Amino acid sequence: MTLTTVDAAAQKQVPGNTGTGQASERDYSDYKVVPARHPWRWLGTVVVAGLAASVLYSLLTNPRWEWDVVAQWFTAESILRGLGQTLKLTLISGSLGFLLGFVLALMRLSSSPLFSSVSWTFSWIFRSTPLLVQLLLWYNLGYLYETIRLGVPFTSITFAELQTTTLISQFAAAVLGLTLNQAAYSAEIIRGGILSVDQGQIEAAEALGIPRWRRSTRIVLPQAMRAILPTAFNEIIGLVKGTSIVYVLAYSELFYTVQVIYNRTQQVLPMLLVATIWYIVITSVLSIAQYYIERHYSRGALRTLPPTPLQKLRRFISTHAVKGPANEPAR
Amino acid sequence: MSLLVENQPTTSRGAVSVRGVEKHYGNVQVLHGIDLDVAPGEVLVILGPSGSGKSTLLRTINHLEKVDKGTIAIDDELIGYRARHGKLHELRQAEVLAQRTEVGMVFQNFNLFGHLTVLQNIIEAPVHARKIPRAQAMARARELLERVGLADKEAAYPRQLSGGQQQRVAIARALALEPKVVLFDEPTSALDPELVTEVLDVIRSLAESGTTLIIVTHEIGFARDVADRILFVDAGRVIEDGTPEQVLASPRHERTKAFLSKVIEPAFHI
Repeated sequence: MTLTTVDAAAQKQVPGNTGTGQASERDYSDYKVVPARHPWRWLGTVVVAGLAASVLYSLLTNPRWEWDVVAQWFTAESILRGLGQTLKLTLISGSLGFLLGFVLALMRLSSSPLFSSVSWTFSWIFRSTPLLVQLLLWYNLGYLYETIRLGVPFTSITFAELQTTTLISQFAAAVLGLTLNQAAYSAEIIRGGILSVDQGQIEAAEALGIPRWRRSTRIVLPQAMRAILPTAFNEIIGLVKGTSIVYVLAYSELFYTVQVIYNRTQQVLPMLLVATIWYIVITSVLSIAQYYIERHYSRGALRTLPPTPLQKLRRFISTHAVKGPANEPAR
Repeated sequence: MSLLVENQPTTSRGAVSVRGVEKHYGNVQVLHGIDLDVAPGEVLVILGPSGSGKSTLLRTINHLEKVDKGTIAIDDELIGYRARHGKLHELRQAEVLAQRTEVGMVFQNFNLFGHLTVLQNIIEAPVHARKIPRAQAMARARELLERVGLADKEAAYPRQLSGGQQQRVAIARALALEPKVVLFDEPTSALDPELVTEVLDVIRSLAESGTTLIIVTHEIGFARDVADRILFVDAGRVIEDGTPEQVLASPRHERTKAFLSKVIEPAFHI
């Protein structure tokens, strides 16, 4: 036997095992389980809380942040209108971008050399030109082509003819630029997700004779979503703030509106705070949505879904409420 | 267990004919001119060592693998091609998919759709490939689940089931299209030994039902029991073709004898 301290309570021998000289068989059934302690975690918590408190203190007490100005402008009508434009641009170019991206991803993966090369070229062009240049090109299309004519190429047959400047407004240029750019990036994200789906799934769908579009949308895409969603939400959150680039078109979304105001009032920092807080609010809502959407698409991939934070909180409260004071000494 | 497919039409259906099929992967030829006729309702077991081309042969029958040479027909309908004016025209994908609904396939790794419930897995093809009304497809799916002994599992997701249960769902899914021919690609190779029997029992009852079955397997005992006929494939050629007694008890080729001596022992334990 090795040199271990033997607890007196554990000396109790298992019946039928007496007299064999085997002291290792002990009965631990009366023992209480003591959870592992994490002293460094507690210390770390104190340090982090201290740092957070000091940052918060400086934010609240430094008068140069001008919180009164922030509060005054936060829900001002012009700001809310700008916010609405930002949300509208994000929603429209985000959803159109991902829709087009999905089609481009399917084209890229199709066996048709025509489809896959068209898709490749699209991504190549829109990923290799700066978004700023794309936006300005769309907006100045009227300079390059004064009229847009719908007809048969290389003949004089014309069905409709329009002034380019009336067709491409600031809004149209912004949506076109953001959507096409977004589509090029999301095509690659969606393609990556589709490639992550087990080949056997596609084979089984083929063997069952499920039509191609149905196979893509019902069998492959939902399973690809688990790989697509984290990166896709990155893109959408990036797009929310990325829409601020359309200020070059003097389009009055949130960031442009803020700039116009601080150029007039000279209250630069508080106005930037107004925009920042709104971006934080949008991002927070999107992050919560991301959590639940990811959870939705993990159905079937996990045997049982983990509880949501709300369910965890409810469980925590119900288990701790009945136990009374947490540090009541155990009998 | 009762018969899996009832009311099977007595008219013969599910005759498979393979003529001079060759297949290459790059420079490697995996099938060397296979000729094969399977009668309607026949249960054919294909044996052979790994890499002999038996799975490839099976996959050419529903055109999951294109052949380089030769033709395959089910009930005189060419698979993947249309003969016209002395030429074979490749079918469009939609036509190939329609042909595949006549052939069920069961995979080694089950390949159930993980994000769909058992019932959704089974009705997907009948509803969307065959355009059978949803209610009718669901009734048929429940009937099939009952026959494979999983009536209580229709709302489960595949990963919540054991391997044997998943493979039985996969068989029900293949049968939901009422195929003329069902192909089994090593249906028990990914299963724990104690789960093999439940899957083999389902296949056995299907064998008695008059559907043509082509089964690639390593379960020699099962092959002897259920097969009308056994093929032994080696290096892309059929080297034995006969009743289980002929092929298993008195094989003609040394290669077959060597293979059987290696695998026949464990098979007795089943």
